Amino acid sequence: MQEIEKKEHKPLIVAFCCNWCSYAGADLAGSSRLSYPANVKIIRVPCSCRVNPIFILKAFQRGADGVILCGCHPGDCHYSTGNFHTRRRMGILFSLLNYFGIEKERTRIEWVSAAEGQKFSLVMNDFAKTICSLGENRRLEDLRCKKN
Amino acid sequence: MQEKLESLMQELALKKIASGEVDRVLAWKKGESYFDVSPAIFKESFDGFTYNAFCGANLSKFLVEETKKEGKVLVFLKPCDTYSFNQLLSEHRINREKVYVVGIECQGKLDINKVYAKGIDGILDIEETDSELKIKTIYGDKTVKKDEVFSVKCETCKSKKLVVFDEKIVLNEMKDNKEKRFDIVEKLESMTEEERFAFWQAELSKCIRCNACRNVCPACTCTNCVFDNNKSGIAGKANADSFEEKLYHIIRAFHVAGRCTDCGECSRVCPQGIPLHLINRKIIKDMNTNYGEYQAGETVTPLNPIVDFKKDDVEANTVVGGKK
Ligand code: SF4
Ligand code: SF4
Ligand code: SF4
Ligand code: FES
Repeated sequence: MQEIEKKEHKPLIVAFCCNWCSYAGADLAGSSRLSYPANVKIIRVPCSCRVNPIFILKAFQRGADGVILCGCHPGDCHYSTGNFHTRRRMGILFSLLNYFGIEKERTRIEWVSAAEGQKFSLVMNDFAKTICSLGENRRLEDLRCKKN
Repeated sequence: MQEKLESLMQELALKKIASGEVDRVLAWKKGESYFDVSPAIFKESFDGFTYNAFCGANLSKFLVEETKKEGKVLVFLKPCDTYSFNQLLSEHRINREKVYVVGIECQGKLDINKVYAKGIDGILDIEETDSELKIKTIYGDKTVKKDEVFSVKCETCKSKKLVVFDEKIVLNEMKDNKEKRFDIVEKLESMTEEERFAFWQAELSKCIRCNACRNVCPACTCTNCVFDNNKSGIAGKANADSFEEKLYHIIRAFHVAGRCTDCGECSRVCPQGIPLHLINRKIIKDMNTNYGEYQAGETVTPLNPIVDFKKDDVEANTVVGGKK
């Protein structure tokens, strides 16, 4: 008899973290033994404004179920104004994706400083929970990029 | 009225050429039928020179190449075209010194497909009055009210102001339709995410990736466009799945965000009838509500909401596309 393996959907989350604040925040979370879900894949970027909208789209294309972008608090960007630009750009992009019917909760932006290890862990746990309840991303997926 | 305008325009063009002030004229030329009109350069002969209710094409983008050539060119711009012209000036794509801008009257342009949709076929000729089209067909004569066949861009005309010109030819008052501009965007916003997804899925899956919307868009003047780069993975080809159907449009909308003047050319040329203007109009609406009113092309300025910021901007998560 063939054994049927019941596969539970494990959401894949991509977190773009700016090198100077959020990535250090993630580090601090780690060294303080605060946990965040293992399915959150962190991608380090020099500044939140390095994230070109296509990065977000490609993440979804390759199978992400949610994408979160973390940077320094407004006013604290290592390059002074990077995250102010991020805030506008992503506001427009996330809204446009939602206008196309992509669930709003699948995209998020959070400001996490290097000292906020706890916030990092809270944010990631909360985001992972939200994505879990939304289920698999079906509206912006490229089947050729998905492995089963 | 239409003939009067046309003859005044031609008169002016001939005068400017005769005096040597300009070298050539960028206007519209009649093709095989009354509604078959295309942009053209006139120099010696003014055969086919026309200005009628089907001159929807925006001539401003042609100036990018035209002003690289020797001599000065006279161009006729409708109110919405003047916005695109200003925007191109802001982006240093046009050499202002080489253009003589004549702002002209526009009472709204028509969409021949809407005439066909009324079951009118076999058109032999059209005669235009101020409010009607008298159409001669092989099946007999028909009359159509102009305001029933306006092209989408004119149904929601944002402004009848000529924002830039050296001279203008306006005989009658012009009326815009700006109250209706965001109606459909709002309607989409009031739908659920699922319904919006279904709407765009149905529309965008019709796209054949002909790139006409990019080619005509006055904001798309990059000499090396991403969509021509075969290595980008998004170059012109048939869409394989729902992701690719959207990808091209999201990327293009974002590239022209803040620079799109809402001229409506993209929707006008789409052979598949996709309401493309609704994409950037949403971005414009979002920018207006969240970052302050802004109309691209109204003035010549290097700043636009997507490259600018305020320290107390709203948080990105609060900008939403519509209802849940
Ligand atoms: S995107 Fe469409 S409406 Fe906007 S400038 Fe380009 S052609 Fe005009
Ligand atoms: S789609 Fe983008 S890269 Fe291509 S012409 Fe338009 S703005 Fe330029
Ligand atoms: S003009 Fe229409 S069919 Fe052609 S690429 Fe644009 S959306 Fe697709
Ligand atoms: S360096 Fe952290 S957001 Fe710019």
